[in-house]
Amino acid sequence: MKITDYIKDHILYLDGGMGTLLQAQGLMPGQLPERWNMSHPDIICAIHRDYFDAGSNVVNTNTFGANVLKFTEPELDTIIKAAIENARLAAESSRGTQEKWVALDIGPTGHMLAPYGDLDFEDAVEVFAKTVRLGVRYGADLIMIETMNDSYETKAALLAAKENSDLPVFVSNAYGEDGKLMTGASPAAMVAMLEGMGADAIGMNCSLGPKALAEIASEYLKYASVPVILKPNAGLPKSIGGKTVYDVLPGEFAEDVSGLIKKGVRIAGGCCGTTPDYISAVVMASSDIIPPPVEKKNISCVSSYTHAVSFGDSPVLIGERINPTGKKRFKEALIAEDIDYILREGIAQQEKGVHILDVNVGLPDIDEVSMLRRAVCELQAITDLPLQIDTSHKQAMEAALRRYNGKPMINSVNGKKESMDAVFPLAKKYGGVVVALTLDEDGIPECAEGRLAIARRILDEAARYGIDKKDIIFDPLALTVSADKNAANETIRAIGMIKKELGCHTSLGVSNVSFGLPARDAINGTFFALTLGMGLSAAIMNPYSEEMMKVYHAYRALSGIDDNCLEYIAFSQTLPQKSSVSAAPIPAQGAREDSGEKCSELQRAVIKGLKERAAQLTGALLATEKPLDIVQNEIIPALNTVGEGFENKTVYLPQLLMSAEAAKAAFDVIKDNMPSGSAGGKCAFIIATVKGDIHDIGKNIVKLLLENYGFAVTDLGRDVAPEAIAEYAVRLHAPIVGLSALMTTTVPAMEETIKLLRREAPWCKIIVGGAVLNKDYAAAIGADKYAKDAMEAVRYAEQINSAL
Amino acid sequence: MIGTVYTKTYSSPPIDRKEILRYAGVREDTSEITALLEECLCECDGKLTYNVCYAEFDITRHNGFTDMAFFRTDSKMLSENLAGCASAVLFAATVGIGIDRLIARFGTVSPAKALMLQAIGAERIESLCDAFCKDMAECFDRMGRKLHKRFSPGYGDLPITVQKDIFSVLDCPRRIGLCLNDSMIMSPTKSVTAFMGVSDKNKKSSEV
Repeated sequence: MKITDYIKDHILYLDGGMGTLLQAQGLMPGQLPERWNMSHPDIICAIHRDYFDAGSNVVNTNTFGANVLKFTEPELDTIIKAAIENARLAAESSRGTQEKWVALDIGPTGHMLAPYGDLDFEDAVEVFAKTVRLGVRYGADLIMIETMNDSYETKAALLAAKENSDLPVFVSNAYGEDGKLMTGASPAAMVAMLEGMGADAIGMNCSLGPKALAEIASEYLKYASVPVILKPNAGLPKSIGGKTVYDVLPGEFAEDVSGLIKKGVRIAGGCCGTTPDYISAVVMASSDIIPPPVEKKNISCVSSYTHAVSFGDSPVLIGERINPTGKKRFKEALIAEDIDYILREGIAQQEKGVHILDVNVGLPDIDEVSMLRRAVCELQAITDLPLQIDTSHKQAMEAALRRYNGKPMINSVNGKKESMDAVFPLAKKYGGVVVALTLDEDGIPECAEGRLAIARRILDEAARYGIDKKDIIFDPLALTVSADKNAANETIRAIGMIKKELGCHTSLGVSNVSFGLPARDAINGTFFALTLGMGLSAAIMNPYSEEMMKVYHAYRALSGIDDNCLEYIAFSQTLPQKSSVSAAPIPAQGAREDSGEKCSELQRAVIKGLKERAAQLTGALLATEKPLDIVQNEIIPALNTVGEGFENKTVYLPQLLMSAEAAKAAFDVIKDNMPSGSAGGKCAFIIATVKGDIHDIGKNIVKLLLENYGFAVTDLGRDVAPEAIAEYAVRLHAPIVGLSALMTTTVPAMEETIKLLRREAPWCKIIVGGAVLNKDYAAAIGADKYAKDAMEAVRYAEQINSAL
Repeated sequence: MIGTVYTKTYSSPPIDRKEILRYAGVREDTSEITALLEECLCECDGKLTYNVCYAEFDITRHNGFTDMAFFRTDSKMLSENLAGCASAVLFAATVGIGIDRLIARFGTVSPAKALMLQAIGAERIESLCDAFCKDMAECFDRMGRKLHKRFSPGYGDLPITVQKDIFSVLDCPRRIGLCLNDSMIMSPTKSVTAFMGVSDKNKKSSEV
């Protein structure tokens, strides 16, 4: 019988702990248990057999750490072959009469995935793939991915299992006392991602006892549409009289586990500290339970690596600002590969309160595949919001979906066959909630009925791929009301019909409706309110629009979602107060202080590190002074004051940085008021943390100060290969390159980069810095200059620039 | 029992603001810096975890080597540190990936905050180690034994490569989500591993 059929109406029993039993048999701390498959096959086989005898339907092979990071490929092959044989032999020789299966056990690699560790996502997929392929070759019945405490690594393992086998895949995660994975994911987020990718059963094991896991199990049961796995520890280890004992005994363990089986857990076993006695106790205690059916949950949700966002309860705001359409500076940033610009847009929108970020980096002249992949990876390193992958480029879509750490939104599919043929296979493979536009080969139907008909066809086609309607969100399309007076009405009607007739959620790009009209905010806000009233679930919108945010918060208060209107009140306090404008006038002139300090208001704001104030004052000064005069007469003198203070040790690094940030805020205002290309005025400066090094605080500090002083800084990021740095130095004909390294182990990479630069860009001056370097060391590896801090780097760059 | 690995989760240890400022290179506080510090502490709210895993190992000594079954070393400084101790507690502690994410996030928009968060992370992990060590010292005290100061790989002549053995014997990735990369860097970065000698209280301490 197939295991996936068996669990439809049976409780499936797994095995218990392996490590503790092996230690009792003489496995020494630090020894690799996987080698015992060959050296002690009788012991391994006996443990498996004891579990089968106790009533386990499934035993996990002794391959928890069997991967190519720990073993050579030939040894890995031998281990997996022997491990499956041991389990198979145990199944055959057990006296148990129950159905029996052998699961290829896959544990974590022990490495953290990039960017916070050194294992690249695709390398992780390949590591797991090698283990999976061997498991398939030697006849495992299913794959058990377990004890994973990072969502990204779990995704890599599941992807490898799906791409390299047709076996059923069970996935079990290890949660901490806080109810989250070590890297922060909630149960709801894991359910969303793993179900989306097609895991056959999901759940939790290890770290805690059954009582402590009960709450997490309940969360799984609330969200999951597939069978739920529970494999707890026998409580926690305690030292009593010099012996290690676990504090939950078989009787209590069995009682707790069967209590959860009654609530819906379908697959049960034990982890650390449990033995065959625990399993037979569980089997005994639960054999009379008629398991509650595994029910399909109709919850539409997306997730990041920390949390899930679901549609239907409260309107979901999707920030639209990461999109070059109609934005000159965004386009320039994309062409210059200025990823920080995109990241800042993401962070700013999150601070405004959006729940999901739309990510669109499509421009005709760029490599969208690599750019979208990079944007997704970098964004998910710095924001925990779920992302909406927005592209019509199929390869770019796949590249982004692959790397996304969670269940994304996919923007978009439409009723055209070509579109569905391209998008649905990707959505099925990687999971996701797909935004479906109600248009087809004939365009957008004028009336709501026409759009509903397309929506039906899209659902039918999605079903053919096994994509449930909960994973489709319809965008009934907002057309321009100035071109057709009924445009808004039809969209609003379509929202209602899709909700009522299809039971589906809707999302809308709201601002199209006002195209061509003056005071667009008023139209957008009212339209948004009307669509919310009709049951719109999500809006792709501009969170910087006060009008839209007002409607959102007011709607929540009025529709009973916002308890005691608390969030509305909090929001209202962020709105600009009319009276305060006259109460605190911003002087247009740089008024001198009475205190005797010879500096203007703006200079004081920069010196004190007051970002908003500096930007405000700069804006006011622009009415009367030329942009470059403000830079020369206000900002640079203030920076010099702080810089000198830092060099004289009267100002500390955090103060220097706060001033630099305030100056940057002032520059941003000035840049917006100058024709593009005329800002800055000093030479190009390329900066990077060298290959192998992931520390970038020092590099960012130097970059910020250089930008303050007008240098055209190109930041290549961290862990940058020598070839990439040389390529940019040549392309920009940069007079200066700055290299940073924090670890002794990466200084050789710095030296290699310098050698390459000398060959490829001999004109270029190279300045280095970082904790492990000093003047002599810098000279020894061939740098032109060692800077002990950011100010020294600025002084040197000024020298080079003036000598050009 | 010797060799058994235990894990412990702490709630946030008391915050030492002076120490954070010291890590940030500030000797004299200003209102702006205080505001920056408080803002950064708010950002950390709920994003840090405090986990430790540890085990006790017997020490044997021969020919200048210190041997703890799972590894042996000829480090003179570790040997001096563990002088007079029949066993040692080995532990790994981490405040989690959250602080690394915050540092990366603010590295993009505010290096001043990134610097302050870096300092907070350094203070947090030290405070966690202090809290754990205090707990263990009390625990051993009740058994009539004395716990000595912690000593980490990378100090003096104890090579950083010892980390490999430590990670394997404590099973850090599984226990506390702490990983070691090929260049011996830990992820999450705000993490510590260390040895602490345990001696009999009645014996005269031969600590140097």
